[in-house]
Amino acid sequence: MEFIIVKFVLVVIVFLVSLGVAAYSTYAERKIAAFLQDRVGPDRAGPFGLLQPIADGVKMFMKEEIIPTNADKGLFILGPSIMMMTATMTGVVIPWGNSLFINGTEYPVQITDVNIGILYIFGVVSIGVYGIMIGGWASNNKYSLMGAIRASSQMISYELAMGMSIIALVMTTGTLSIREIVEQQQGFHWNVFAQPLGFLLFIVCAFAECNRTPFDLPECETELVGGYHTEYSSMKLGFYLFAEYINMFISAAIISSLYFGGYNFPFIDQLGLSHNMLTLLGTLIFFGKIFFFIFFFMWIRWTIPRFRYDQLMHLGWRIMIPLAIFNIFLTAGIVLWKNGQLF
Amino acid sequence: MQLTNRSEIVVNKKMTFMERLYLPAILSGLMITVKHLFKKRATIKYPEETRPVAAVYRGWHVLKRDEQGRENCTACGLCAVACPAEAITMTAAERKKGEEHLYREEKYAEVYEINMLRCIFCGLCEEACPKEAIFLTDRMVPSNYDRGGFIFGKDKLVEGTSPDTRIDISKRTNAHRKP
Repeated sequence: MEFIIVKFVLVVIVFLVSLGVAAYSTYAERKIAAFLQDRVGPDRAGPFGLLQPIADGVKMFMKEEIIPTNADKGLFILGPSIMMMTATMTGVVIPWGNSLFINGTEYPVQITDVNIGILYIFGVVSIGVYGIMIGGWASNNKYSLMGAIRASSQMISYELAMGMSIIALVMTTGTLSIREIVEQQQGFHWNVFAQPLGFLLFIVCAFAECNRTPFDLPECETELVGGYHTEYSSMKLGFYLFAEYINMFISAAIISSLYFGGYNFPFIDQLGLSHNMLTLLGTLIFFGKIFFFIFFFMWIRWTIPRFRYDQLMHLGWRIMIPLAIFNIFLTAGIVLWKNGQLF
Repeated sequence: MQLTNRSEIVVNKKMTFMERLYLPAILSGLMITVKHLFKKRATIKYPEETRPVAAVYRGWHVLKRDEQGRENCTACGLCAVACPAEAITMTAAERKKGEEHLYREEKYAEVYEINMLRCIFCGLCEEACPKEAIFLTDRMVPSNYDRGGFIFGKDKLVEGTSPDTRIDISKRTNAHRKP
């Protein structure tokens, strides 16, 4: 019973935190965009415009909601729901912190530590493609459908390279559980130093999976009116856009836990703090890393222009995948050489 | 003939390996964008701050009163004639007995309207005025939600009688008078 309550509380906290971070990412996005362009950005709603996400939310809910007459109603509603659901589901396997001792019982700061954490994330993320595809199909609009096909083929292409860049990581760490991967990076043994190429491939694929610039082909206001969400209005559109920001948050969390030590930080043992304090500090540092990567996502967005679609596919299939395979062979060679099984 | 010295000759040379990696280019691009985080903002937050304008800036008109608080305008219509955008309309009326403290001359403008959407702020009305009644000021015309709100009547044009509601046009008149 207590177990269920603890997990329930954790689920609610993670859910609310990801919603909050996503809401304020929209604000941060606009603010950073403005700063990178020497503008001011939203500053009217509340101090520094901090109430802007709430105003946006109210606006989204108040707007007229249109379901096209010829649209498949059920699927039309299902599309954004799937997007939102898969986006919020991935947070459960991420270790947000070490563990807390409360009244002598140990509570890990993670909803569930499944031993196939990475596979779970990949599985759930690939369901997200259905959200886009169904949304484009149900709109009964050629342009939406074309946008959806583009989006899903892009996501599938990049998921291959992403999976293969992870295989190299799994070969060095020997586990699929994210918590174990994080724990192996104790102190400053971050995987990014062991797998620089893998990290590069992973982060590029993460950009493509989140449909972020330079891979934001699903939105294509010039060629396809608006992409897969052309026919969506009000909060359904809001869900699509919001899910993108949650995905960004989750992938920032995955990048920092797989390659940047998660809640670990250098000199963790020399501080001499109690276990609970270290856990809290670690969680804070983990969030610092996440926020840095969210900033990095936005920073890239305002630096690199969008790809052309054939360039995107060329990069995915002819550069990323061969590089990922090369990385696997390289890692395999190094692992065997270290074990003395080579030469 | 070259128009600028910035043109570059297009060559179809093969990119080197470092160039084909794109990463150095991306990194230098990131450095350029992040530098802008610390640059001065170009924005002027309008209602709180206003852009400094020149002394002879031509904005929202004012209909002046004389030292005794009487309206200078005699509704002669020269400003309306001079106006190239035909933004000014007026109706003249005769001064009644007992109104001497309100209007300086026997004729005055009962209705004086400037359509701020038509006005091009050229300042010809000011030059045409023989009575030094209309001037353009450094105030900006505020925005409005409907077109009717941009037709400014005497309520918005005539300055107040009390010293603190009078509108200073000394910079303009001094700029006009040649030494």
